[in-house]
Amino acid sequence: MTTPTVKDTALAPAALALGDDALVLSHRLGEWAGNAPVLEEEVALANIALDLLGQARMLLSMVGDEDELAFLREERAFRNLQLVEQPNGDFAHTIARQLYFSVYQHLLHTQLADGDGPFAALAAKAVKETAYHRDHAEQWTLRLGDGTEVSHDRMQQAANALWRYTGEMFQPVEGLDIDWTALQTAWLEQIEDVLRRATLSVPEGPRTGAWSAGAGRQGLHTEPFGRMLAEMQHLHRSHPGASW
Amino acid sequence: MATAAAHETARSQPSGAPESADDSTAEFQRAFDAAVAADERIEPRDWMPDGYRATLIRQIAQHAHSEIIGMQPEANWITRAPSLRRKAILMAKVQDEAGHGLYLYSAAETLGTSRDELLDKLHSGRQKYSSIFNYPTLTWADVGAIGWLVDGAAITNQVPLCRCSYGPYARAMVRICKEESFHQRQGYELLLALSKGTPEQHEMAQDAVNRWWWPSLMMFGPPDDESQHSAQSMAWKIKRHSNDELRQRFVDICVPQAESLGLTLPDPDLKWNEERGHYDFGPIDWSEFWEVLKGNGPCNEQRLSRRRRAHEEGAWVREAAAAYAAKHTTGGPGRQSDVDGTTGAHHAANANGENVNGETGAKRA
Amino acid sequence: MTTTDWPLWEVFVRSRRGLSHTHAGSLHAPDAELALRNARDLYTRRGEGVSIWVVPSSAITASSPDEKDPFFEPTADKPYRHPTFYEIPEGVQHL
Repeated sequence: MTTPTVKDTALAPAALALGDDALVLSHRLGEWAGNAPVLEEEVALANIALDLLGQARMLLSMVGDEDELAFLREERAFRNLQLVEQPNGDFAHTIARQLYFSVYQHLLHTQLADGDGPFAALAAKAVKETAYHRDHAEQWTLRLGDGTEVSHDRMQQAANALWRYTGEMFQPVEGLDIDWTALQTAWLEQIEDVLRRATLSVPEGPRTGAWSAGAGRQGLHTEPFGRMLAEMQHLHRSHPGASW
Repeated sequence: MATAAAHETARSQPSGAPESADDSTAEFQRAFDAAVAADERIEPRDWMPDGYRATLIRQIAQHAHSEIIGMQPEANWITRAPSLRRKAILMAKVQDEAGHGLYLYSAAETLGTSRDELLDKLHSGRQKYSSIFNYPTLTWADVGAIGWLVDGAAITNQVPLCRCSYGPYARAMVRICKEESFHQRQGYELLLALSKGTPEQHEMAQDAVNRWWWPSLMMFGPPDDESQHSAQSMAWKIKRHSNDELRQRFVDICVPQAESLGLTLPDPDLKWNEERGHYDFGPIDWSEFWEVLKGNGPCNEQRLSRRRRAHEEGAWVREAAAAYAAKHTTGGPGRQSDVDGTTGAHHAANANGENVNGETGAKRA
Repeated sequence: MTTTDWPLWEVFVRSRRGLSHTHAGSLHAPDAELALRNARDLYTRRGEGVSIWVVPSSAITASSPDEKDPFFEPTADKPYRHPTFYEIPEGVQHL
């Protein structure tokens, strides 16, 4: 499929926001390679990471050169959610992050696919991918939540710890024709349903940090993100102008 | 097929027949030998000599371990890949290696061992993996050198294994070889881009080839006259070509490829021998090989401890899933299967009886 | 060890519509749902399938090698089941 361009249009920030989400989460999942709890999960996590990287490449290419955007922007120019940049933690943290994000992404792309903007074609493909990601996260949330006492505690802890990063997802992204209130309601419903079936309690507490307010979408990130970018961009930046 | 019937029957082990009975063992052995001689495949439930079984378990396990330990040196660069295209390729490649490990553990399991048992042996150092993965990946070009040389050597080794006498191993190898072909090409393409790139990139590529060339030649194992398992494995048709034969084949393939790359193979003795119709190459430093094998390579400790750590840190996850399955599945696994022969297994219900596959893409497509 | 030793499953993949499911290999999974998903991830990474079955290995009953003779040999002497058994005059079509 040929990628429509949104370069220098009002939609560029939206393409960046969605593209950065996918890029950063893909990178985090890539860090699992060789470290997964079981071999079958190596394959599963890599599949999800590859789907996301594919989405990121299409979205960034709509705005400009994918590699320039990925490797040469400074931290403050990234528009991804703080949620996706959070370190992997243990497997429960990764699954909680996957659950929160994939439910959001699936709902978002479902709405985008129904529209007729430049994101519709991409979203139609992403809907199928994210449905699988969501299912993967749900299956594991159920197993960790309703598995052993240890796994239950770890999963609950992870769900709680990442809860504060979930409010940001429903802050309107400029240029996207989305019913954000409906998105948030649906998200909460689905998350509560999965957590309940996993014998977990819905976390309490604020869903945004007091200082960060909008945060990632405005280019305000968390400390671990700078390190992540340093690692990701180092080689590319060390050889200005080189082709790979 | 008709001609095979007689010894296929004899090869099988009648249930309840005492294995120690000399005459029947001899008969099984004859049938087994005849099957191997006729280039037939041995299948899991067939009678086979203990040594054959043990050799296969050792070899397949070592092969599987190599795939999963082999993920590490390349995964080392996933987070630093210099373009998004290269990042996607590398992730897919490392993923394939996990997949290949899975195929191979499955093949080993048909011989009556379990994956847990094999992993245990890997983690405790009782089973080996390919020594090549005890070398470090110091620069991005190493990812290319691994693809071109290490995977190239592996493919040279593995293609004949697709005709190995043991059916499950041969079938796993067919699948693996098919998938591996992209691995070598991406490595070559990566090196080519570097070789034709900036002077720094070219130097990076040459340095990687310098470091990986000799260890790649060692991947074929010790010279034929020092190889302890070779002769028997050849007789059993587990192995089809000798170590030296395969090594020579690999060298012959690589020399012109290196020329096209614009890179030099680090061997002053490398030259075409008209008489032999092969390239001559310099002596291999086998003392290095034995040292690395003994555990004194640059990364032996690092690779193994990382593998152990991943396994240990994952234990609570595996336990959780097993506990969940025990709670939510009655009457053993597979209670929910719904196979009718025409439509396929079209849904799997979750514990609440809901169709969880409705939108997952895992349902029948 | 035993609690983490997930059971073995056999995987059958239909490569495209119109073909039957063929044995692709096996894998470990704690239960049927994850077995199906693992099978999708492992055996259809390159678009090899449109449908998957997973069956617990323990649920498969196989003919045993020592029954091979009584099971399969009796069919070897019935060539009249095969169309090539019959001689048809040259030129006769649609048969």
